[in-house]
Amino acid sequence: MTDVAIQRPPVSAAPLAFGLAVRDMKGITKRNLLRIVRTPQLLFMTLVQPTIILLLFRYVLGGAIHVPGVNYVDYVIPGIFLEAVLIGGMTTALALATDLQAGMIDRFRSLPMTRSAFLVGRTLADLCRAVLALLFIICLGLLVGFRFHNSLGACLGGTALIIGFGYAFTWVYAAIGLAVKDPQTAQMTSILPMFILFFASSALVPVATMPGWLQPFAHNQPASVTIDAVRALFEGGPVYHDLWQAVIWCIGMFVVFLAISLNLYRKVTV
Amino acid sequence: MDAAIEVERVSKRFGTTLALDDVSLEVESGRVLALLGPNGAGKTTLVRILTTLLQPDSGRARVAGFDVGKDAKTIRTMIGLAGQYATVDELLTGRENLELVGLLYHLEKIEYQRRASEALERMTLVDAGDKPVKTYSGGMRRRLDLAASLIGRPPILFLDEPTTGLDPRTRNDLWALIEELVTEGTTVLLTTQIMEEAEHLANQIVVMDNGRVVAHGTADELKDHLGGNVLEVRVTHSSDLEKATTLVTDLASTRPRLDPDLKQISFPIEGGASVLIAVGRALEDGGIEIEDLGIRRPSLDDVFLSLTGHAAVSQSESSSSSAGVAHD
Repeated sequence: MTDVAIQRPPVSAAPLAFGLAVRDMKGITKRNLLRIVRTPQLLFMTLVQPTIILLLFRYVLGGAIHVPGVNYVDYVIPGIFLEAVLIGGMTTALALATDLQAGMIDRFRSLPMTRSAFLVGRTLADLCRAVLALLFIICLGLLVGFRFHNSLGACLGGTALIIGFGYAFTWVYAAIGLAVKDPQTAQMTSILPMFILFFASSALVPVATMPGWLQPFAHNQPASVTIDAVRALFEGGPVYHDLWQAVIWCIGMFVVFLAISLNLYRKVTV
Repeated sequence: MDAAIEVERVSKRFGTTLALDDVSLEVESGRVLALLGPNGAGKTTLVRILTTLLQPDSGRARVAGFDVGKDAKTIRTMIGLAGQYATVDELLTGRENLELVGLLYHLEKIEYQRRASEALERMTLVDAGDKPVKTYSGGMRRRLDLAASLIGRPPILFLDEPTTGLDPRTRNDLWALIEELVTEGTTVLLTTQIMEEAEHLANQIVVMDNGRVVAHGTADELKDHLGGNVLEVRVTHSSDLEKATTLVTDLASTRPRLDPDLKQISFPIEGGASVLIAVGRALEDGGIEIEDLGIRRPSLDDVFLSLTGHAAVSQSESSSSSAGVAHD
């Protein structure tokens, strides 16, 4: 055994470190995917809520809501797609708080692994689950009468935007999980931003029907602009204004909450 | 010999609590040091600092010659940590847990697979290796946790209360495993609330209380420090206990220790038989029926009590203030 052979010049250290970081991330992602697959009941429950909302607004309340110029089923369902992704993301906060309480985070932080890989691995596994949830709810939407009316490219773009928004928002949940540290509190706390963004938005009814004081928020908040952009991509209509805003929101949320989460992860103690 | 772990005047504060107050200690390479103390003594805080999970407010801590602040990354390649809670993933199998930790130590796949199999064998978990950890017993979890901390073959091992909550037999098995590691040259720092564990495993014992080091030495040195022996009186009727304590207090150099459950009073004594006779006479004159009276070597329990004024074992925390201290 020659220790000297292991020494590498500093030039190759950066790509080496990057390669190791990717490997760490894959390992953590695999661990979290195994956890998701082995708790099918949790996976199932994250599908039940958007299913109920979808059926509620399609069949119970949908008949009473009239949005001029569009079929209500085509109006409401893009928003429910986004909600399906957001509701599943709440498990990120829950899972991180659980890992923290169980001491798993202590173990991982005491290993020579890349620290950011733990959180990236977590969010990537949750992203896989979100895509699964989205596919399920799209099928359900098609089943109850929702139709795509735009080009394939635009529809795929809209789907990608939902996924991008969901992934960016996963980092909000990650920050919540690491900040509140307790699984139950994490779950309850995560509901708040999700509810506010989903209900005070253009997801279910046009913002113009809301009281004046609520309109500026409801009109400009990230979920509304994203849903408006997605709706335009799926159904046609002017898209660029909302699309740019949505993309900027996604990037902004991702960058800010990634930084907050990494900082919390470095310092967190039970 | 080189010091594997050096702690110099380390302090750490959480809000208004001083978790560590000017703590200094050293562990020589290849030796075992036990941090002994009750809950809240600061043992875990010190372990968290040494395993780079926490930064000290002041002072210096070095592991394998590296500073915990500046060289945290290097230290993480050289240490293993087995936590107070068995930190293994419930939903993964034992093997998956070990392989993941091996991967995160940046071992090659073929190498971590081989080490995981070896570790399962060593910890007698071969049959359970491919079952999810949630089906494991407490002892199996601890063994897996220990195995996980060993996958990277770290020269320095931190064990935070490795046997808390285990039954005596499982505890003995785990002790044997730890002893084996030590003979292979691993440096171990372990925390414990159990005197017997410190005495059994450690070369050096550091007694901690309220964030401070209150004593330091081998088990024998600590016992000698107490000087002499311990006198024990067991009364027949627990109603006599208080009166008996008052009677013997004049003959004791320190406050006698009371155990209502065992109806027992004990205190360190300097002399031998003469004190025994004096105590016997005093109690007889007081009309107290004695079930047992005798002299024994001090235990680490006695040492701990005399150093801190309360017992180390925290099962009776509700009554830890004054008398009524449980005896092990």
